[in-house]
Amino acid sequence: MEAFTRFKSTAIPLPIENVDTDQIIPARFLKAITKEGFGDNLFRDWRYNRNNNEVPGFVLNNPKYGGKILVAGKNFGCGSSREHAAWAIDGYGIKVVISSFFADIFKGNALNNGLLPIQVSEDQLDMIFKAIEEDHQAQFEIDLEAQQFTICDNGTQIKFDIDNYKKECLLKGYDDIDYLLDLKEEIVAFENQRTIH
Amino acid sequence: MAKTLFDKIWDAHVVKDIDSTRQVVYIDRHFIHEVTSPQAFSGLRNRNIGLFRTNQTTATADHNVPTLNQHLPIKDPLSRSQVDALSQNCKEFGVELYQLGHELQGIVHVIGPELGITRPGMTIVCGDSHTSTHGAFGNIAFGIGTSQVEQVFASQCLILSKPKTMRITVNGDLQKGVTAKDVILYIISKLTAAGGTGYFVEYAGSTFDSMSMEERMTICNMSIEMGARGGMIAPDETTFKYIKGRKFAPKGEQYDQAIRYWSTLYTDADAVFDVEHSYEAADIGPMLTYGTNPGMGIQVSEHIPNASEYLDPKQLTKSLDYMGLQEGQLLEGQEIQHVFIGSCTNARIEDLRSVAKFVDGKQKADHVQVWIVPGSKQVEQQAKKEGLDKVFANAGFQLREPGCSACLGMNEDKVPAGDYCISTSNRNFEGRQGPGARTILASPLSAAAAAIEGKIVDVRKYLN
Repeated sequence: MEAFTRFKSTAIPLPIENVDTDQIIPARFLKAITKEGFGDNLFRDWRYNRNNNEVPGFVLNNPKYGGKILVAGKNFGCGSSREHAAWAIDGYGIKVVISSFFADIFKGNALNNGLLPIQVSEDQLDMIFKAIEEDHQAQFEIDLEAQQFTICDNGTQIKFDIDNYKKECLLKGYDDIDYLLDLKEEIVAFENQRTIH
Repeated sequence: MAKTLFDKIWDAHVVKDIDSTRQVVYIDRHFIHEVTSPQAFSGLRNRNIGLFRTNQTTATADHNVPTLNQHLPIKDPLSRSQVDALSQNCKEFGVELYQLGHELQGIVHVIGPELGITRPGMTIVCGDSHTSTHGAFGNIAFGIGTSQVEQVFASQCLILSKPKTMRITVNGDLQKGVTAKDVILYIISKLTAAGGTGYFVEYAGSTFDSMSMEERMTICNMSIEMGARGGMIAPDETTFKYIKGRKFAPKGEQYDQAIRYWSTLYTDADAVFDVEHSYEAADIGPMLTYGTNPGMGIQVSEHIPNASEYLDPKQLTKSLDYMGLQEGQLLEGQEIQHVFIGSCTNARIEDLRSVAKFVDGKQKADHVQVWIVPGSKQVEQQAKKEGLDKVFANAGFQLREPGCSACLGMNEDKVPAGDYCISTSNRNFEGRQGPGARTILASPLSAAAAAIEGKIVDVRKYLN
């Protein structure tokens, strides 16, 4: 996993609630056996019509918008456990998703792939959407070390929470497996002392 | 200290506390399938390691398999390569696999219980959100991502934060024609698609006590549809009887010993949940979804809400546009073109029996295509043994071969754009059953009635 560094970027607004993982990456694109290439089909059925032509109204097809930050309505990533959803977002080049609420499994999958989910309040989310609406070139700064998100135009700073362990993993590019592999002896000891199964 | 059922099982599986919020939790059983495992096997290969506990892993091919002519090579090259990759990976790493064509193959959440692999008190994971199904046996079962599949491969453990607990109590007898599927759709409609996020649910009360294991699995299966990681029901005589004699169930003295332990698995009388919800069985009617998430459900006698009375009018409008439905509309009388009876929610033998009992001697409506996709090879064989296949054939229903099928439309089993499908599956997301497909979730009984009438009906009017 790549280490997460501080960056500035414009943001892509997706003011839709309950964006489920079938929208992020439809099931028919889950046939690959590697992690690559899912970004091409991110939001496939919102992005392209049935003749594979771009849907002009969809934000990813609007040249006005771009950047490494996706801002979405509440309950983002609900539905299936497919990690392909995180791979698709990451594969598209997005490093941060901001929402007022994330589905559990998606949040875990994102963190395991160096994709940072930032949960903000409803009011803060509205403020971010407004900032993008007023200026689609608006810059935002993400500082994971300081757990801070800044709307650069007006200097508004938003603090966000993240589990300390996961923060360290992201900053250093570590994953859980490295930790668990070091724990083998303790796991075997646990297995041996169990009386109930 | 008084403990919930969840706490008892969780605490018995903690290998180590990492910090105040994170623990290393031991996993008893790992189910895998072709879609969410290949990248995890690649990860092992990259690290040059094998599985830590091969014999606690069970594999089957289900998501991406055809449901006709399973004896022939899979036509779609990408699907074939993924199913082949599972076979190769299982062979290379020594994992027990029930591959396509095997007599024990089926949807992963159907075969685990049916083989007696799923038992009370366990921790169970799978790279599939409907792993919550197994919780019907009084265990902690939940879906994981592929990175976590790799973690369990490598260590038989996961690093987890303990979720909060929620108890949902339903008491009383259900009306005739109202099933477990209606109960869970009713609960989700009350709590919304996000209402359970962050929680692990225990279902309690006389309504669940009197349900069969198949019905309890339908309930726990859809816990994820309100955002909950999992759901569970305390094991009882019904559970013990279901497990007894199954292929991998403990036998003889081991079974007696297991029962003694399983009998300790209940929530203590004064244990406290973070949240409690309570409903009356008598208030629940046949349920249908009208929108594009499983929380958007109403009883068949109710009208689709108006935007003005809906919490999120924008979402309602977007969903109804997609569904081609109107605010304030009744769903009763809505014409449908497809009926899908299948999925890990409702493809067990009991579901097929209830459909067969209803349609025996009747004919499907001419314009409707009806698919019955059994949950496993064993369910398919049992249905044939009981002659259900003939009942279905006479009614014009097509009995196909086992797999996830049109629940997620990964294979060629898709509903055409714009068509309505009444479906016994678990998700009505946009495009879930195929691009542009319009899904109405319902019970097998309501789906069977719709197949006969060609439109949505109140199944209670057809029962005496």
